[in-house]
Amino acid sequence: MSNAIMANGLSVKFADNWVLNNISFEVQNGIIFGLLGPSGAGKTTLIKLLTGQLQQDHGSAELLGKDTRRLTALEHEQIGAMMDNYGLYDRLSVYDNMSFYADIYRVPHSTIIDILKSIGLYEARNTAVSKLSKGMKNRLSLARALMNNAKILFLDEPTSGLDPATTKEIHDILVEQKKKGTTIFLTTHNMFEAESICDYVILLSKGHIIEHGKPTDICRKYNHLNKLHVTLKDGMELMLENDSTSASAIKEYLEKNLIEAIHSTEPTLETAFIELTGKGLE
Amino acid sequence: MNNIVAIFKKQLKDTLRNKTVLIQFVMFPIMTLITNNAIKIQEMPENFFVILFATMYIGMAPLTSIASIISEEKEKNTLRVLIMSNVKPHEYLLGIGSYVWFACMLGGLVICTVGGYDLQTSIAFMGIIAIGVLTSLLIGAIIGICSKTQMMATSITVPVMMIFSFVPMLSLFNSTIEKIARVIYSEQISRMLNQINSLQLNVENIGVIGLNILIAAILFIFIFKKCKLS
Repeated sequence: MSNAIMANGLSVKFADNWVLNNISFEVQNGIIFGLLGPSGAGKTTLIKLLTGQLQQDHGSAELLGKDTRRLTALEHEQIGAMMDNYGLYDRLSVYDNMSFYADIYRVPHSTIIDILKSIGLYEARNTAVSKLSKGMKNRLSLARALMNNAKILFLDEPTSGLDPATTKEIHDILVEQKKKGTTIFLTTHNMFEAESICDYVILLSKGHIIEHGKPTDICRKYNHLNKLHVTLKDGMELMLENDSTSASAIKEYLEKNLIEAIHSTEPTLETAFIELTGKGLE
Repeated sequence: MNNIVAIFKKQLKDTLRNKTVLIQFVMFPIMTLITNNAIKIQEMPENFFVILFATMYIGMAPLTSIASIISEEKEKNTLRVLIMSNVKPHEYLLGIGSYVWFACMLGGLVICTVGGYDLQTSIAFMGIIAIGVLTSLLIGAIIGICSKTQMMATSITVPVMMIFSFVPMLSLFNSTIEKIARVIYSEQISRMLNQINSLQLNVENIGVIGLNILIAAILFIFIFKKCKLS
C-alpha cells in the first residue's frame, strides 16, 4: 500500500522553543491515523506543516508524493481540513456556508443537500452559524471538509468538547469515509477516540514522538502485569496469570457457571502515555 | 475567476447581515440625500453637501470596510481555511476588493444622482469617485493585511480615516491645513469635484493622486509580502 503522507525528521522552532523535534512517520493510504497528545504537544503545528500552512526548519514532508512546501492547486484540491476553530462564516446560514465552498470547489449545489442530510444538519440548513451549538459547528466544519471528496482529511480535534452521542455520530461518519478510501489524519487527546477508530497512532509529547503503532499493539506492549482479572458472580475478584497455568482454574469456574466477567490487565493508551511521560493526556 | 466571483457573492450575502460594514456603505449617501434637501443657506456653493460628503465617503467607506472585512477573516480563521481550499491570496483580495469597490460605486452613484448633474458631468464625477475609492481600498487593504484582529485594524483605521476623510473638510476653513492637505489624494479629489462643471485636470491633481496611489501600491506589496494573508 502506498503512502498518503510521509514525514522525515521534521523539526519546527518558534522563537527558541522546538515545537516539533525530529518527527518521522508514514501514513498509508486509506487508514485512520491518530496523532495523540496533550494540549501543546505540537499536534496542530504538525497539521499546519503537512498542509503547507507552515514551513519546517529541518526535515521534509510529503503529501501525496509532493513536498509539502511546494503544494500546488492539484494537491490542495485533494485535501479536506477541519481545523480547531472552525473557520465558518458566523453571519451566514449553514446552507450559505456550504454553498460558498461548493462554488470554490466547483461542486454541484445538489451535493450540499446530500452532505447536510448525511451529517444531520439538513433541518438546520437555514440557521445562521452563530446560532449553532458547538457540536453542530463541528459537524458543519466536517461537512465542509467532506465537500470536495478529498483523498486526505485533516481533522484537528474533531470531537473536542462534544457529548458522547455526537462524538459517536462523527466517528461513524469518519469510519464511513474510510470505507470509501479516504485517508484520515486526526489529532486528538481523547484516548478512547484513538483506540476505537484509529488504525495507527503516534503519541506526541513536547514535540517528540514517544510511541507509535496500532493502538492494540501499544496497549499490549505496556501490559506489564499480563494477568487476567476474573470477577465471580459472588463478587469475588481474582487475578490469574495470563498463561496456561490458569487454564484449569478458569475451566473449572466456567463449568460451574461462576464467572461474571473476565478482563485482561491490558492498559489503555492513556495509561501507556502516563507511563511514558508521567503525565495524562488532558 | 470562479473563486473571485464566489468571494464576491459570499461577501454580498455577508454584508446584508453585517450592520457594521453595511452602515459604511449607506451612511454618507443617506446623509447627502437628507442635507442636500433639508439645508439651504444663502451663498452656499452649489452642491456643497454633495461634494463634502462624497469626499468623506471616499476617505472613509472603502478604507474602513475592507480593513474590517480582511481583519475579521484573519481573526476568525476563515481566511486560513479559504487559502487551504486552494483560493490564492490575490483571488481573495480581488474578490473582496471588487465587492467593496462596486458597493462604494453604488453609494457614489446615489450621491451623484442627488447632485443632479448632467450625463457628461455625472460620468466625470463617477470617474473621480472610482479613482478615490481605489486609492482608499489599497490603504484599507494594507491595514487589513497587517492587522491580526478586527480591534487592531480599527485602532489603525480610525486615525488614518480621520486624516483622509476629515482633512479636506477642515481645509475649507483653515489655510494652513489647506496647504498641508494638498499632498493627500482626498483633498485633490475634493478639489476636482468642486471644479466638476468645468473640470480641467491639472498637474497637481494628477501628480498628487498618482503619487498617493504609487506609495500605497508599494506599501501594499511590501506589507503583503511581509505579513502574508493567513
